[in-house]
Amino acid sequence: MNRMPDEHGRFGRFGGRYVPETLMNALFELEEAYLKFSRDPDFQAELDELLRQYSGRPTPLYFAARLTERLGGAKIYLKREDLNHTGAHKINNALGQGLLAKRMGKTKVIAETGAGQHGVASATVAALLGLECKVFMGEEDMKRQELNVFRMRLLGAEVVPVTSGTRTLKDACNETLRYWVSHVEDTYYILGSATGPHPYPMMVRDFQRVIGVEAREQMLRAEGRLPDVIVAAVGGGSNAIGMFHPFLEDREVKLVGVEAGGRGLDTDEHAATLTKGRRGVFQGSFSYVLQDEYGQVLPAHSISAGLDYPGIGPEHAWLKETGRAEYVPITDAEAVEAVQVLAATEGIIPALESAHAVAHALKLAPTLPKDAIVVVNLSGRGDKDVESIMAYLEGDGR
Amino acid sequence: MNRIDATFEGLRREGKSALIPFLTIGDPDPATSAELIAACARAGADMIELGVPYSDPLADGPVIQRASERALANRVTLEDVVRTAAEARGLGADIPYILFSYYNPILQYGFDRFIGLLNEHGISGIIVPDLPMEEDGELRARTEEAGIHLIPLVAPTSRERISRIVARARGFVYCVSSLGVTGMRSAFHASIDAFLADVAEASPVPICVGFGISNREQVLGFRGKTDGVIVGSAIVRKIEEVLPLLRDPATRAEGVRRVEDFIRSLRV
Repeated sequence: MNRMPDEHGRFGRFGGRYVPETLMNALFELEEAYLKFSRDPDFQAELDELLRQYSGRPTPLYFAARLTERLGGAKIYLKREDLNHTGAHKINNALGQGLLAKRMGKTKVIAETGAGQHGVASATVAALLGLECKVFMGEEDMKRQELNVFRMRLLGAEVVPVTSGTRTLKDACNETLRYWVSHVEDTYYILGSATGPHPYPMMVRDFQRVIGVEAREQMLRAEGRLPDVIVAAVGGGSNAIGMFHPFLEDREVKLVGVEAGGRGLDTDEHAATLTKGRRGVFQGSFSYVLQDEYGQVLPAHSISAGLDYPGIGPEHAWLKETGRAEYVPITDAEAVEAVQVLAATEGIIPALESAHAVAHALKLAPTLPKDAIVVVNLSGRGDKDVESIMAYLEGDGR
Repeated sequence: MNRIDATFEGLRREGKSALIPFLTIGDPDPATSAELIAACARAGADMIELGVPYSDPLADGPVIQRASERALANRVTLEDVVRTAAEARGLGADIPYILFSYYNPILQYGFDRFIGLLNEHGISGIIVPDLPMEEDGELRARTEEAGIHLIPLVAPTSRERISRIVARARGFVYCVSSLGVTGMRSAFHASIDAFLADVAEASPVPICVGFGISNREQVLGFRGKTDGVIVGSAIVRKIEEVLPLLRDPATRAEGVRRVEDFIRSLRV
């Protein structure tokens, strides 16, 4: 199971490389460079050093005592990815790919962003490594995440507004791919989620595995055993796959991915790709997609800009199909409520993305015995979302 | 014999090269598209590329993106595109048809139904811009069986892939003139001539060049270097320009005539 993907970039039937011919050699070069450097002790040492000294890893696995007490069921642990430099797990992958870009001799990097977390992480790494950086962001998301737009600019990145299609993450991804096709000879694309053509889903997963590897060790140290359930939010699926992957062989550990249920699965306004989508090809890979019967991709909706995406990484599609992981929806309202609960009981304001995972834990924990253990991946902090949350609570939220 | 092959044979005998316009079908509506297809044929097009509108056209620039959006606003489907082209036969368009579609609409339609639809309505070839040779096994087998050409793309970055791609090519090889998405441009890839020469040398079938070719001078510039040129965005841009004429039944014929004149100006 840990040897996925195969040489064609497939996780079972999912994955592959569905991109214009212009990009194919770039993808093969990237795969070759990645496989070479990922086995290079110098590269790994440099990355480890940055993860520790720059990003502050390992992040704590925190026992949420007050939340546990309030829910009256399973013990809840939070994997504090929100305590990373730049405030989310996205930096793990951006550091890895940034170093890779540098080793490959590229001087320019590009990135797509939804909530802005991956854009900020990429801009940060570009500043750190002396790379020129452009971040593509939907105009709609730029409005929702003004603070992150300003942060990226402070960090020296150019934020390119995307005005095509839905003006959110989906079209930011399209625009980044289009730009990459035009500048593939000197530009490295730092893709932020476990999506897109091979080797990205594998590479992003590998750079995010540090989450699960640490959590596993920390859990064994704290409790002397593995958790019963691990819960993580999925948009494209990078924090979830990074958390899940080191536990795939531990069959007794239940893995739950939480999708954005938006305004409810009985409406058209959600981003529950695995629950409501069908198999198809979208943005470079074969996976699940929110689409109509003619294969046109449907706009997604979530209060969380980072989950507002009609696709999903191919490895999650495979984990769903094999039954190794389960995927459940959480609505906008439930996510906002979870932000409030976590803030008031633990003094932690989670990102709206991560709040979806918290919300599922709020439902799950009371149904489990007191000696059960639930780990929630708290993938990011919520400072960027306070305005959206305020607007939502005041009744004019999107 | 596939009509695409027959057309290239005829052109070769006459020492001519092919002019292949691209239209996004359903822009602004299917009935007008049928008239525009017929106009292409009247203007001297040798074949035509029928663009299937798609929500996420990642190989296309803004001009074709906008055309796709206009067509999708009318909920135009893959099936509508093929039926529209079939209707244009009745308006006098007697040239080979090549369907240009992203992969997902084909996948969702289903291979059996898709091949049946193409056969029923006389589509001679297909181009799938997001389906590289590594992923095309099933569709390739099905199209070969049906005698429909799966026309591959090669790019200036294809390098050592060129020989493998052209070895399996059917109909012609679509050479991408420059890095990037479709759209009008003033310059092509720096090593375009060497690239085209490499492809021509390796290819057992004719080669055509496209992406960014927008005027007569550029078409003339490729003379002798390829067996044909594909003009897309420039024509779609022209259609966009005359949209008000095309949308009004009273002036539609005039709008169609302007597009036809533009295509005729590309005939060299």
